[in-house]
Amino acid sequence: MPDALAAHADAHGQSHGHAAHHPALQHHFETLEQQKEASTLGMWIFIIQEVMFFGGLFTAYMLYRIWYPEAWSEGSAELDIVLGGINTVVLIASSLTMALAVRAAQTGKQKAIVNWLIVTMLLGLTFLVIKGFEYEHKWALRHVPGLNFHAEPGQAPQVEIFLSLYFALTGLHALHMVVGFILLAVIAWMAHKKRFSPEWYTPVEMSGLYWHFVDIVWIFLFPLLYLVDRAHQVAG
Amino acid sequence: MTTTALPRRTYLNHEFGIKSWLLTKDHKRIGLLYLVFVTLAFMLGGLFAAGIRAELTTPAGDLVSSDTYNKLFTMHGIMMVFFVLIPAVPAILGNFVLPLMIGAKDVAFPKINLISWYIFVIGMFITLSAMVFGGVDTGWTFYTPYSTQASNSNVMATGIGVFITGFSSILTGVNFMVTIHRMRAPGMTWFRLPLLVWALYATSLVQILGTPVIAITVFMLALERGLGFGIFNPVLGGDPVLFQHLFWFYSHPAVYIMILPPMGVISEVIACFSRKSIFGYSFVAFSSLAIAVFGFVVWAHHLFVAGISPYSAMVFSFLSFAVAIPSAVKTFNWTATMYKGAIWWKAPMFYVFGFMGLFLVGGLTGLFLAALGLDVHLHDTYFVVAHFHYIMVGGAIMGFFAGLHYYWPKITGRMYSDTLGKFSAVLIFVGFNLTFFPQFVLGYLGMPRRYHAYPPEFQVFNVLSTAGATVLAVGYALPVLYFTYSIFKGEAAGNNPWGATGLEWTTQSPPLPENFPDQPVVTEEAYDYSKREIKVA
Repeated sequence: MPDALAAHADAHGQSHGHAAHHPALQHHFETLEQQKEASTLGMWIFIIQEVMFFGGLFTAYMLYRIWYPEAWSEGSAELDIVLGGINTVVLIASSLTMALAVRAAQTGKQKAIVNWLIVTMLLGLTFLVIKGFEYEHKWALRHVPGLNFHAEPGQAPQVEIFLSLYFALTGLHALHMVVGFILLAVIAWMAHKKRFSPEWYTPVEMSGLYWHFVDIVWIFLFPLLYLVDRAHQVAG
Repeated sequence: MTTTALPRRTYLNHEFGIKSWLLTKDHKRIGLLYLVFVTLAFMLGGLFAAGIRAELTTPAGDLVSSDTYNKLFTMHGIMMVFFVLIPAVPAILGNFVLPLMIGAKDVAFPKINLISWYIFVIGMFITLSAMVFGGVDTGWTFYTPYSTQASNSNVMATGIGVFITGFSSILTGVNFMVTIHRMRAPGMTWFRLPLLVWALYATSLVQILGTPVIAITVFMLALERGLGFGIFNPVLGGDPVLFQHLFWFYSHPAVYIMILPPMGVISEVIACFSRKSIFGYSFVAFSSLAIAVFGFVVWAHHLFVAGISPYSAMVFSFLSFAVAIPSAVKTFNWTATMYKGAIWWKAPMFYVFGFMGLFLVGGLTGLFLAALGLDVHLHDTYFVVAHFHYIMVGGAIMGFFAGLHYYWPKITGRMYSDTLGKFSAVLIFVGFNLTFFPQFVLGYLGMPRRYHAYPPEFQVFNVLSTAGATVLAVGYALPVLYFTYSIFKGEAAGNNPWGATGLEWTTQSPPLPENFPDQPVVTEEAYDYSKREIKVA
């Protein structure tokens, strides 16, 4: 392993001419630990920022759900619970494979990192494709607010607000998935080039944090959007 | 001042060419990149302000149409808030001095630091192009439903520009927070940190927690205006007041993004030029955090007349009064720092005096507006305009100038004319008061903001205000001249022209590309002026 690292350092000219330096150590850090701590803290703070970012939409959701419970119940019933449910399982599975990729990086299993990352990306892609079908279906039903909307007879007008928030929340979530997908592609490429080692695999871990965060957002979105008043509808 | 030669190798001359600047990851160079663009934005915002003042010189709306006037004050607000006040101290001075102050080679994420600047510039150009191609007229507050349904100006492009710029601010916040946590030199404990670092930490907290909320709010606005989604649309049962809540959840704390870092600067300068340790270090440090935290729970005082529940209005009124406490703690501690100090009458200190006076007036008039009953009378009048200019221009810009005059020798390695520095400080102070004090009177008498015409009996105050704005413009233009002169002809400053404490003054001016020749080790508290020779010029 150290040979591979040294070769890599020479090839990329990143060596500081200091034998003890790890090639991934940037000049302004003293040690790899300090660098890793900084990255980890930075990523967590960034995730807090993301929570606030989604938080604005969740606030709007909360307010209108309290004001218009009937519209929320009606709007939620319009969503495809089967596809939503499948997507939830897909995403939870992708969190597992992402965790396995990080584990592989920790234990230095180069091949396994790439493989698990590819599985994670495929699961992410599955999610996005299913989401695309859901959107297409909504379009066909003329349930897209503003662009292509037709209120059902007798429907509460605030259903359009529910659907606006549905598209805003899931759309923003899907955008985060796309960013995550690109991130994982880059990491997978780096892993393929054997850039990671048990001493340094911070990018894998950071992408993992991001991926889990995006998953957790969905864990909130699924019940909030798909499961409003479902029990009542099933019973009634 | 003894004549010393400029150091041979500095961050400014170790590499040359446009590429060495545009691809730099050096926090010091990035600070200067911000300085250039913030100065441009400041001039542009000032130009819009000049348009406003020229129109208001006469009671009749004769110079520009009401539509043009709407665009002028909107673009003045957007330029000044998002592209001047928010980045001024953190992105320029913070970038430059933060790693120096804590004895680090750079911020934690230098690449992200550069990306922040690019995001800032891209956001600025999108906003500028929106202004060039037709402008925007919603007011910088973008209130719905006007912004989503009625306005036919470039709301969308401006919104996108502001949205993008927000991420520059967020990333700077993340970067600074991690830098302060993880990059401190050996011996630099939390309670040895200079107070500017505490202030920047508190600012980062607001940037990280607040800015994403304005981003998502503008995102929702864009969905509603661009795609016809219904989130704030009253026709569908949506609530425009929700927009106001979300908007002010960021935009009130944003005031603390503007004022906290200048407060940090004031603590640095006042200790140095009083030749005394800061009075009540930990109180000043924690008051920064208290302001950041309290700042998040006062936003609804902008909505007292928007029909919110009287009970929540009472709570928000109380909390708005409460936020005055940490601000007062700072003001009293600064005053106590000067007490029995050996005041050194130099240009940076003049700006500090200016800050103290203007911030005091701005802060106290804020209490008027926090009072529920009085706010009904004063809401949306020139009283409000005067109040927030006292904080945001009188406080934040004055503090920024204090910092710029204080750190200029460190940034460039050269001195500027102290006499001209003092002169422009006095000019700004006089011009500012002449501009904005009459507006308190106007507001109290009932002149509403955002109209291009007004009854003739208000003219005398408006003429005073316009005259003051002219003096103010000269005061702001002067530093540009003598700073530019000093870059080429100024005397070499030496490492520590002010005899100040702090790591940033131990290294050469301008600093090395890697900041310090050796890793500095901290052995003393901040502001230990007791051991230093007292210089009186």
